Amino acid sequence: MKQVLVDIKICLGCRSCELACAVEHSHTKNLFEAVQENPRPRNRVFVESAGGKSFPIQCRHCDDSPCTRACMSGAISKDSSTGVVGHNPEKCVGCWMCVIVCPFGAITTDGEKHLAVKCDRCPDRDKPACVTACPTKALVYQEVDRFAKGVRQQYLTSFSKEGGVTREIS
Amino acid sequence: MKFRDYTIDPAAASMLGRCSDQSIETAWDRFHGQQPQCGFGLLGICCRNCVQGPCRINPFGEEPSKGICGAGADLIVARNLLRGVAGGAATHVDHAYEAIEALELAASGNAPYQVRDEAKLLAVAKKLGIEVEGKTSAELAGEVAGAAYSDFANHSTKPMRWLTATAPAERVATWGKLGVLPRNPDREIREVLHQTTMGVDSDPVNLILSTVKLGLVDGYAGLHLATDIQDIIFGTPGPVFSEANLGVLKEDHVNVIVHGHVPLLSEKIVEWARKLTPEAEKLGAKGIQLAGICCTGNEVLMRQGVPIATNFLSQELALATGAVDAMVVDVQCIMPALQTVADCFHTKIITTMPIAKIPGAQHIGFTLEEVDARAEEIVRTAIANFVKRDMSRVYIPREKSAMVAGFSVEAVVKALACLDADNPLKPLVDNIANGNILGAVATVGCNNAKVTQDSAHVTLVKELIKENVLIVTTGCSAQALAKAGLLLPEATEKYAGETLKAVLTAVGKAAGLNAPLPPVLHMGSCVDNSRIGDLLKALADYLKVAVKDLPVAASAPEYQHEKALAIGTWAVALGVFTHLGVVPPVLGGPQVASILTGQVAEDLLGGKFYVETEPVKAAQGILVHIRSKRQKLGI
Repeated sequence: MKQVLVDIKICLGCRSCELACAVEHSHTKNLFEAVQENPRPRNRVFVESAGGKSFPIQCRHCDDSPCTRACMSGAISKDSSTGVVGHNPEKCVGCWMCVIVCPFGAITTDGEKHLAVKCDRCPDRDKPACVTACPTKALVYQEVDRFAKGVRQQYLTSFSKEGGVTREIS
Repeated sequence: MKFRDYTIDPAAASMLGRCSDQSIETAWDRFHGQQPQCGFGLLGICCRNCVQGPCRINPFGEEPSKGICGAGADLIVARNLLRGVAGGAATHVDHAYEAIEALELAASGNAPYQVRDEAKLLAVAKKLGIEVEGKTSAELAGEVAGAAYSDFANHSTKPMRWLTATAPAERVATWGKLGVLPRNPDREIREVLHQTTMGVDSDPVNLILSTVKLGLVDGYAGLHLATDIQDIIFGTPGPVFSEANLGVLKEDHVNVIVHGHVPLLSEKIVEWARKLTPEAEKLGAKGIQLAGICCTGNEVLMRQGVPIATNFLSQELALATGAVDAMVVDVQCIMPALQTVADCFHTKIITTMPIAKIPGAQHIGFTLEEVDARAEEIVRTAIANFVKRDMSRVYIPREKSAMVAGFSVEAVVKALACLDADNPLKPLVDNIANGNILGAVATVGCNNAKVTQDSAHVTLVKELIKENVLIVTTGCSAQALAKAGLLLPEATEKYAGETLKAVLTAVGKAAGLNAPLPPVLHMGSCVDNSRIGDLLKALADYLKVAVKDLPVAASAPEYQHEKALAIGTWAVALGVFTHLGVVPPVLGGPQVASILTGQVAEDLLGGKFYVETEPVKAAQGILVHIRSKRQKLGI
């Protein structure tokens, strides 16, 4: 199952993912018109920075998701076929338990109707809008194991460049 | 057509196929490489004016709503726009300044430049209030050059003389009331660079007023000054037959393309190409084929009939023919990528200006004094390079279209005078008044990789002429329309509405053409937008109304350059409803966007911007505007 994953080294903190997310969740789905909509569309990915690193944070769609367990109205549930942790605004009562338990702070309010808002992984798209918008391709939409293989390859490449492999053999 | 999303020009499309087969990268490939483009940039809400930044504003109403200094979205948008317009104005003013220097040389006698159009010299001198009686043309040329220089040495608060001498009096009064009359072009450009730095102007409205001022700098110290002086030196254009598109290149000729904007060198290249044709023949060529791209191409088209190779977006494709022996570039709109394409062939890129060099290109430095020697050297370099051409790699698309160009205001008036010698504008005005001509629209400006090349120009114009709207055109828009065959009498037969067709046929017949005038009149280069300003002024004066009351509009359907922002601002300041076919980077500032496109601009200036990316809808919007102006005039 594909997940939105991040190459932390190449995120420039440009926030293009935030804009693309808000546009995707607007009525018009067009940047120039979306900025004029009222209520304004909300993004569900947030670029945060600390320690010189930037990182786009959004719902990780956890398999064992604290928000689904904390939601007392059944508004948040995990779809076993898509793996997406979905949110049903019809059932949401705005108790914010999901916000309290999410360790990433990936759930926010809609600013208007006192409903929770979170990443829905763009159900109308093949690839989530944030991933398409990322100019450095720091955001990828990939099978977790394929991403892990990429990380292993990168590790080994830099390891051998630094002479680590040679020393190990000799 | 495989590349139909890229271009409607069949020659460009076939070249794109060649490029794709040969892995030659083009602007379209790089455009795709740039996707998705930054939303903050598209909305104009990224500020890099100080090094605390870059700062950007959340356009969806959330934080951050202010930059580090406290600048909000409207302030950032207004500052960025003003800097863009200043950049655009700087290009035209710099261009015009060089033309003054050439005129000064011409006045000194024994120079590479002469006064070729004494009538224009007299007209310009009189407009400036210079006493002309008993003076030689050299004396007058010196005084006109002096008057032009005096604007650049104006240390007073008086407005620029070239503006007050050429702009409609009603406008000068309006601009005076708004406090936007420019004094000295260099000073105004300097001042706005100051005004837009960190911690100076915080008022978006004040910045927009300065933007209007810079639009006027562009219009009068750039466009108007350049056209006037170039006409004096090289002659005022008259109707000329030529051709457009890559099919103008010839396999058996030395092919030289002139590209850029300033005719001071390209006019001389034309002269030397004619002189050195025997040299080319000695090397086995049948002659020297010159062709132009962008406005330097338009300049030598208008005055010398040199054909157009192509327009802005397909400039690389001209080189991919493998048939170009030299491309001579001056300034503006010259893609840095040209050298990369030239490297795939024998083609030499020759840069000529001290401020426009390209690594890997051959630089033959242009100076006014030594222009003949340089032009000769350039043409000889091209001829020598002809023998290095690999004929097996040459592919020239067959497509080209005939065209009529050269419609200066003087030429239009001359054609109309065949109908009414005493009152040449009367037939035009009468036909506008009786509705045979619904109105007039100027299409101007560039190509933009965001738009299928030429499609917006051509679609918009076809929609408008069908509704009996007369089109005047300049720049790459004119070249797009030329390639599409719209600058021809046949286009009147084929596309014009019945009443427009009748008028154009009558004028054509009276002017001895034995055919209608084209429905689209090519008025020249981008600086020649001043000609359109002059035509509007003449019409308004004749009707005793203001330009803002005329049933006219302007459109930049596929613009890309800062110059287009400056020209557009001038047009709006002149009172013209100005359509933009590409969304300008201002929508992140709702106040700025609403001032520029709404009632405020219209109330203060009579004109406003109208943004519509869909050309058919844009044509409808323009027609609604024209009809409302007709209604207000009671016609």
